[in-house]
Amino acid sequence: MHELINTRHNLQIDPHLHIWGWEIAVYLFLGGLVAGMMIITGYFILTGRTKNTKCSCFLIPIVGLGAISLGMLALFLDLEHKLYVWRMYLTFQWTSPMSWGAWMLLLVYPILILNALLRIPEEIGAKFPKLTTISEKLNGHQFTVKFLGAASMVTGGILGMYTGVLLSAFAARPLWNSSMLWILFLTSGLSSAAAFVHLVSKDVDERRMLAKADNAFLIAEILIIVLMFVGSLTSPQEQQEAVKVFLGGSYTVYFWVFIIGLGIIFPLIIQMASVNNKIRHTALAPILVMLGGLILRFVFVFAGQASHWSTAVFK
Amino acid sequence: MARYGMVIDTKKCVGCMDCVVACKTENNVPEGYNRDWISYETIGKFPKIHQEIRSERCNHCDNPPCVYCCPCGASHISDTGGIVLVHEDKCSGCKACIAACPYNARYIHPEGYASKCTFCIHRVEKGELPACVSVCPTYCMHFGDLDDPQSEVSKLLDSRKFHALLPEAGTKPQIYYLV
Repeated sequence: MHELINTRHNLQIDPHLHIWGWEIAVYLFLGGLVAGMMIITGYFILTGRTKNTKCSCFLIPIVGLGAISLGMLALFLDLEHKLYVWRMYLTFQWTSPMSWGAWMLLLVYPILILNALLRIPEEIGAKFPKLTTISEKLNGHQFTVKFLGAASMVTGGILGMYTGVLLSAFAARPLWNSSMLWILFLTSGLSSAAAFVHLVSKDVDERRMLAKADNAFLIAEILIIVLMFVGSLTSPQEQQEAVKVFLGGSYTVYFWVFIIGLGIIFPLIIQMASVNNKIRHTALAPILVMLGGLILRFVFVFAGQASHWSTAVFK
Repeated sequence: MARYGMVIDTKKCVGCMDCVVACKTENNVPEGYNRDWISYETIGKFPKIHQEIRSERCNHCDNPPCVYCCPCGASHISDTGGIVLVHEDKCSGCKACIAACPYNARYIHPEGYASKCTFCIHRVEKGELPACVSVCPTYCMHFGDLDDPQSEVSKLLDSRKFHALLPEAGTKPQIYYLV
């Protein structure tokens, strides 16, 4: 036998860590979604799609502003010392991914606002003519528009990576401590964003293009997950034990049924059929993709907290 | 600069929990929380069985992930002997430090900030021992400067076999257990 008993029973710590709840999962999902939206917007701007008045690149930044604000609200709700949140903005701790993230979020806002200003909805423009003037000035400089597109893509990319790095930087939690997590969360964010734009786009060609792009993201996600398993199962014992929560452990059903089955493979089959004109475009696939992305964050946030170095010895 | 650490003799510790009670009293640790605790690790097969009893707490690591991940700069390494501390009035309660600690030594104080063992720095700065060390009835706990070769802790580490907790986590813990 090899048994460990201890007399500690600290709230949120024992019998296993459970400090982070739905707030962090929702924040990571919305952060990834906005990151994907920014990358798609930037791509649309850089490829000159702004000439198409139906382009979703005008709508996405507005939705993105709402989504990132909701995400930050969730993050704020998670803080235990809420009145001290401003302390994050009195310092920059370069070794802390959370500090990078806090400042990164401040960079996301102006870029989303400037992107939203590229085209003001007519009703809002009529009420606030000043906004129309700013929009006209912005559109008058092609370099500025292209720069905004590039800035949107770069910032979105960094934001998407950050949502994964935030967790993977915790070496104490072997399930999170994977060098594949940032790319998994970034790809999942891109996939959810493509699904969202696919869902709301008014342009048929755009919907078709995003369904194709989403298929590519979903296939990439499968490959990344396979590589993550290969990496973990060939790593030291604590990593092997950590990933076993998905291989017969307590999160097996959530992972394989809800994330892989209903969140990736099923919508991929539907979208493959629709882009090949076998069936009509349906809202079901993008909805499932987004739900899968949300469940992915929930499962990783909860399963990661349950994983620990000691599980390599004490099962 | 001194480097404070602890050396705990597992051959003498009986798990009486005096150190736990002393810490709670000295530091007003709220009900339901512990800054230190007792672990019983049992290895072997009857009748060849071995049990190690340990008094555990924050390891005041030399490479502390809790400090590196803090977005507010609240978790820090003190100038007093490299003790790892938390500025309560800088902490936003984000709990990153708790996730980063492989020893699960931190918790959120009911007032919202991260809290943990301080090696009783308020006593150490007055030349006293941490409360847990001062009350140990079997004298199994020793506190001192690990950088001073003449200190009691350094001499014990020179003369006895010892281990630290989860050295493979790379945090360079500064609490050593004599075996």
